[in-house]
Amino acid sequence: MASKFTVSHRSGWLMAGPAFGLMVAFVLLPFVFAVAFSFTNQRLISPNPTEFVGLTNYEQLLGLGLLTLDPLKDASGAVQMKDGEPEYPSLRSYTRNNPDYPQYDGKREWFSFSSGGDARTFVLASDVVFMKAVVNTFLFVIIVAPLQGGLALGLALLINQKLRGINVFRTIYFMPVVVSIVVVSILWKIIYDGNSGLLNNILSGLTFGAFQPVDWLGNTNTALGAIIGMSIWQAVGFHMVIWLSGLQTISPTLYEAAAIEGASKWQVFRYITWPGLRNTAVLVLIVITMQAFGLFAQINVMTKGGPIDSTQTIVFQAIQRGYGKQDISGGSAISVILFLIVLSVSLVQRYLTRDKEAK
Amino acid sequence: MAAITLKGLKKSYGSAQVIKGVDITIDDGEFVVFVGPSGCGKSTLLRMIAGLEDITDGTLTIGDRVVNDLPPKDRGVAMVFQSYAIFPHMTVRENVAFGLTISGASKEEKDAKVAEAARILQMEHLLDRRPSQLSGGQRQRVAIGRAIVRKPKVFLFDEPLSNLDAALRMDMRMEIGKLHQQLGATMVYVTHDQVEAMTLADKIVVLKDGLVQQIGSPMDLYHRPENLFVAGFLGSPSMNFLDVDVVDVSGDQATVRNAALDTVTLTIRHSGIVAGGKARLGVRPQYLSPDAESGAGVLHGKIVLTERLGAETIIEAMTTDGKPLIVALARDAKFAIGSQISLRFDPEFSHLFAV
Repeated sequence: MASKFTVSHRSGWLMAGPAFGLMVAFVLLPFVFAVAFSFTNQRLISPNPTEFVGLTNYEQLLGLGLLTLDPLKDASGAVQMKDGEPEYPSLRSYTRNNPDYPQYDGKREWFSFSSGGDARTFVLASDVVFMKAVVNTFLFVIIVAPLQGGLALGLALLINQKLRGINVFRTIYFMPVVVSIVVVSILWKIIYDGNSGLLNNILSGLTFGAFQPVDWLGNTNTALGAIIGMSIWQAVGFHMVIWLSGLQTISPTLYEAAAIEGASKWQVFRYITWPGLRNTAVLVLIVITMQAFGLFAQINVMTKGGPIDSTQTIVFQAIQRGYGKQDISGGSAISVILFLIVLSVSLVQRYLTRDKEAK
Repeated sequence: MAAITLKGLKKSYGSAQVIKGVDITIDDGEFVVFVGPSGCGKSTLLRMIAGLEDITDGTLTIGDRVVNDLPPKDRGVAMVFQSYAIFPHMTVRENVAFGLTISGASKEEKDAKVAEAARILQMEHLLDRRPSQLSGGQRQRVAIGRAIVRKPKVFLFDEPLSNLDAALRMDMRMEIGKLHQQLGATMVYVTHDQVEAMTLADKIVVLKDGLVQQIGSPMDLYHRPENLFVAGFLGSPSMNFLDVDVVDVSGDQATVRNAALDTVTLTIRHSGIVAGGKARLGVRPQYLSPDAESGAGVLHGKIVLTERLGAETIIEAMTTDGKPLIVALARDAKFAIGSQISLRFDPEFSHLFAV
């Protein structure tokens, strides 16, 4: 192409070339491949040729079904009980080769809830593990985003004071950010250890032995929470620095004017600090959300999705499917789904935080 | 309204003493201007009155209360900043009502007071706009409105017109003057612009290097400066200074001359003038004239440059002993560059300072 655009900027293109090439090779091309593979049955290594399968992968991942059943009744019409609970017909009779119910074929029970009287509604999913991964990931995002963002803001407000040696604290809070997440995960795995981990020892010591050691990462009730705690600890320093830079763009004379008018600390925050941080808040929110949706490294090092899928996440599932099970097309489909989720969430966030006063 | 007294006020930042002992009395309802070159401490002094800076030593009294340790909100002061400091995320109405919102005033009270302030400052049509939609002068009015609404005992102005262009500065200067007449409030105004000082003040305080040089009314300071600094600071173009020999001193009259100045006798108003010694003679450019009947003092020199401004002519001359001299003639006149000139002045309008 010898258009005026390239010729006149030839040296520019030459210099940007390698970086541009790398971006194409490692960002653009994989993206295109992922979308392409998600519509095929591509395997990582396979002697069979790849076939186009349309939306099969997506149906398999996202397939859901609702089935309401009445409990089994014996000859006299009374409800049959098993272990004190009403007994329901076997789900398998509906989900395996039942010609009357083709939409439930291959699905498994995800969870169920009572729906009036003795009837029970069963939610079926064709990939229960993936559904759990989606739920866990959203749970992680919903908990981490406000908690980490809020904690980072609190730290930034504390650090923003003109006290001697305050920079020492800034360094301390930021240090976990520069440590590799893998290293952090290994360290915290040791801290969370169920037998002699540091956390159990400390809690035991503080309560003079009343506290019983908990297997933080091995207990379905605590595993995700433990990962949440550790993730917030590691990343809060990064967002603290972003908040801090936002705080420092607020003119100090505004604070002086407020002092003369007699504003209390809370009023200063409400009328001056928080409105001045609006743009920073949008940035922090979007960045935390995007980073949270990509939850992977901690899971991979500490729990590998367990115990009993309580720490499954979307990205971990993509890796497990794509490289673990060699099902690259399934992994690609998960990646595309994640991309669409994050895109939608970002667009919604952008819309909700748009500048309403813009002319 | 309140009187303010500064007694022996000192301020140090670590080992650097910025205010070195200042005594000023400001009467109730007076418009006082602190004026001086950059770094003289005038803004620091204002901020000490406001409570934004600590007082290292001395007493500050507002009304009849010693306020050294009181926070700004308890001193009954309102301040207008050089950068206006109006809140960018609030409308003009919310900005002006800020002090009332902070103290929990009712909506009716806020609306009434904001309307009154807006009427005084002629900004009723701006109330629902945001600061980004206002010009500099309008923003300044919002800042003043915010100060008025709280009906403070003292208004403090920290170089409020420095960020405005020249034309707007003159308009706003007059508005502030009218505001003082309307409200009759005690106002303390800091500026480096001596025109603002001369036109707005009831009393001027000239500061240099953390010390008071002179306190007095504008005309006092203009016609009777007590030292070289004040003499050279007020008046534009600034006063001409010549080194002269004191030939004779008798009573309160001194006779002086130098190579360019014919012998002339004038009244001594400052101490330290001794016969046989040296002194510095100051004459304002406006009091020098080539006209024969302008006075008994005569300076000889030649013309270097003239600037014709229409109603005024500025002449830059060089005395016969090589010293520069500025003359401000209150009419349009043409002069040949390089021609000899004899400039006359009335000795009573000159000032003799010891060196």
